Amino acid sequence: MPPKKTAKTSNLSKDELLHFYREMLLIRRFEEKAGQLYGMGQIGGFCHLYIGQEAVVVGLEAVTKEGDKRLTSYRDHGHMLACGMDAKGVMAELTGREGGYSRGKGGSMHMFSKERHFYGGHGIVGAQVPIGAGLALSDKYRGNDNVTFTYFGDGAANQGQVYETYNMAQLWSLPVVFVIENNQYAMGTSVQRSTKSPSLWERGAAYGIAGEAVDGMDVLAVKAAGEKAVAHCRAGKGPYILEMMTYRYRGHSMSDPAKYRTRDEVQKMRDERDAIDHVRELLLQGKHASEDDLKAIDKDIKAVVNEAAEFAKESPEPDLSELYTDIYADQAPQNA
Amino acid sequence: MAIKVLMPALSPTMEEGTVAKWLVKEGDKVSSGDILAEIETDKATMEFEAVDEGTLGRILVAEGTEGVAVNTPIAILLEEGESADDAQMDDAGDAEPQAASATPKAKEEQPTQAPDTPERSPAAPRTPAPSAEPDYPEGTETRSMTVREALRDAMAEEMRRDETVFLMGEEVAEYQGAYKVSQGLLDEFKEKRVIDTPITEHGFAGIGVGAAFGGLRPIVEFMTFNFALQAIDHIINSAAKTLYMSGGQMGCPIVFRGANGAAARVGAQHSHDFAAWYSSVPGLKVVMPYTAADAKGLLKTAIRDPNPVVFLENEILYGRSFDVPVLDDYTVPFGKARIARPGNDVTIVSFGIGMQYALEAAEKLAEEGIDAEVIDLRTLRPLDMDTVLNSVRKTNRCITVEEGFPVCSIGSYLSSRIMTEAFDHLDAPVLNCTGKDVPMPYAANLEKLALVTTQEVVDVAKQVTYR
Repeated sequence: MPPKKTAKTSNLSKDELLHFYREMLLIRRFEEKAGQLYGMGQIGGFCHLYIGQEAVVVGLEAVTKEGDKRLTSYRDHGHMLACGMDAKGVMAELTGREGGYSRGKGGSMHMFSKERHFYGGHGIVGAQVPIGAGLALSDKYRGNDNVTFTYFGDGAANQGQVYETYNMAQLWSLPVVFVIENNQYAMGTSVQRSTKSPSLWERGAAYGIAGEAVDGMDVLAVKAAGEKAVAHCRAGKGPYILEMMTYRYRGHSMSDPAKYRTRDEVQKMRDERDAIDHVRELLLQGKHASEDDLKAIDKDIKAVVNEAAEFAKESPEPDLSELYTDIYADQAPQNA
Repeated sequence: MAIKVLMPALSPTMEEGTVAKWLVKEGDKVSSGDILAEIETDKATMEFEAVDEGTLGRILVAEGTEGVAVNTPIAILLEEGESADDAQMDDAGDAEPQAASATPKAKEEQPTQAPDTPERSPAAPRTPAPSAEPDYPEGTETRSMTVREALRDAMAEEMRRDETVFLMGEEVAEYQGAYKVSQGLLDEFKEKRVIDTPITEHGFAGIGVGAAFGGLRPIVEFMTFNFALQAIDHIINSAAKTLYMSGGQMGCPIVFRGANGAAARVGAQHSHDFAAWYSSVPGLKVVMPYTAADAKGLLKTAIRDPNPVVFLENEILYGRSFDVPVLDDYTVPFGKARIARPGNDVTIVSFGIGMQYALEAAEKLAEEGIDAEVIDLRTLRPLDMDTVLNSVRKTNRCITVEEGFPVCSIGSYLSSRIMTEAFDHLDAPVLNCTGKDVPMPYAANLEKLALVTTQEVVDVAKQVTYR
């Protein structure tokens, strides 16, 4: 993890900084609420929170255009909110209700939005990587300049299919940005305990894929790297790898006591490297916003999240007939 | 003593071939390793090498001769001091066969391996012609065509019809298909739509699924379904389940196709029938055709289907010929079994290559006065239980035939459904003919024992008819 950058005056416009602040705060407050609902038994199963990593998706979404695609693993709530999916629909899916993006049939790990070009939400570690390359293939096939952002973690980076995909993505010059969200821990196993590779992005070199490591706690650095990667892909030069050095504050999932790291380690990261505090400082120091302005934003976000939680609690459970729908696109007769 | 040079078997399933070209002439001296001839199989043209030294005494099969059965003497090799006259005499007599040896011109992918010894079992019996109830109007012109050609035509027709259909897999493009199923497709559709992949099943299956999510209609060829085990996570978790998990938003129109089940003498890892495995998964459709007409009509339906379809082919059937209707757009709907042979005494339900045993058994049973009705399921998911149950209500007896393992087989599922839905109509328990509960052995005699046989089907049919 690189040392904390001083909050120097940014070239970014006030509007963009405010946008980053809002977006990251929305993800954080949403996730905190999800954690709370989980504790109350409103959300079941697995629930993987994105708290700490917000700068990664928010910075990268800033370089996308309409038509670009994205997909990720099961730690997906942040990605959905950042690409413009409705907080109510996401939260209602977490509670398993009719108003959820998958009408309650997917859950935390399995949501999709064709409208926002979000292709999941994948529960098998690493499986989204070739799927992302396949989405990129579909765009190349059609001859447009869309790019697919394929997010995966440091844990998935040790899956064989990632390297099968690197090989074909470069071979066929597929427009895909591989975003490794290196949050340092694959569940309870630190990167140091899972590989001797000095870095994950450099593995792309074996396939001729360019890439770089990025300070994933700095939304401005993320955006700058994203611009470079996207330009590479849109120019038809094939894939690009961004290894985002980031950190997850919470456990792997809600049931993870996170005994594999010290409380001090987490606290230090929160105190010194928090992505939202960073932008907050930029806004205040650059006199782009006052404390009161930011308080007003906090209040707005809180309202959005509370509304989502209310909706997720009020929305009815799916009708029992839903058990047998959506198995086949043409609803073929069932075997059993 | 003069040596007979025999027509070699150049692939595990080769039964006959063409002597395409002689590279030596009568009177030529031959050393071991010299290339004698080019032999054309249904998959490739191979060079055929001499194993022994001598002088080529006589060429018995002229170049250009088609349909030369494996083990037919094609030339006589003379040892020192022998004359061509000796050879003529020996030709009729007891010349020693020369062990066949061949090297492929281009590298053949497994399971095509070094040829078997000439002692291998003779050509398999001819495919019994399925009778009755065609899926096309009577009087429709038909053309005899191999299953291989039918599959190729189905893909070509659908690729002409829909720009989003493309084929990807190992050796599908430049090599023209490991089993020559995609022959000619690269020429017509170019590399954008006929994509050679590295040997990386897990990866390219996932890429295919992603392309389908992205709105294309990929056909993913696995050289054989044995290798698809590397990719089964994407077939099941990514392709089959996503529509449901997305509340109906994200469909996956994709076809996974390739050879499934036993070929011939390729051992345990290359001989697995996955029909029952895939059929157990909601969200998948599973097709396993027997005839060329069904292969064509069902593959076209599979490519148009908005769901993931597992299309199980069979290497031995690739070279078999059947009548295929000459129609502009011949499709066969899913979920409709075919009564291949009507009968009254016992129902034999099968699919894929199992149909061969079922039909052969039915003929033998007829000779003994037992009138069997043979049903070809064609699609395993959806499954046409109505046709099966209606038949059982008529015959009151049912047996099933498949090459897969007995535990949790298609047959055991059919048995339970028939018991549940037609118990009162049964005059005997439903019995299953399956492959044996063992990994496939390599030895010829053991392999034969491991597979289901026509005689077993006959015996089991007699058991349920109490004969």
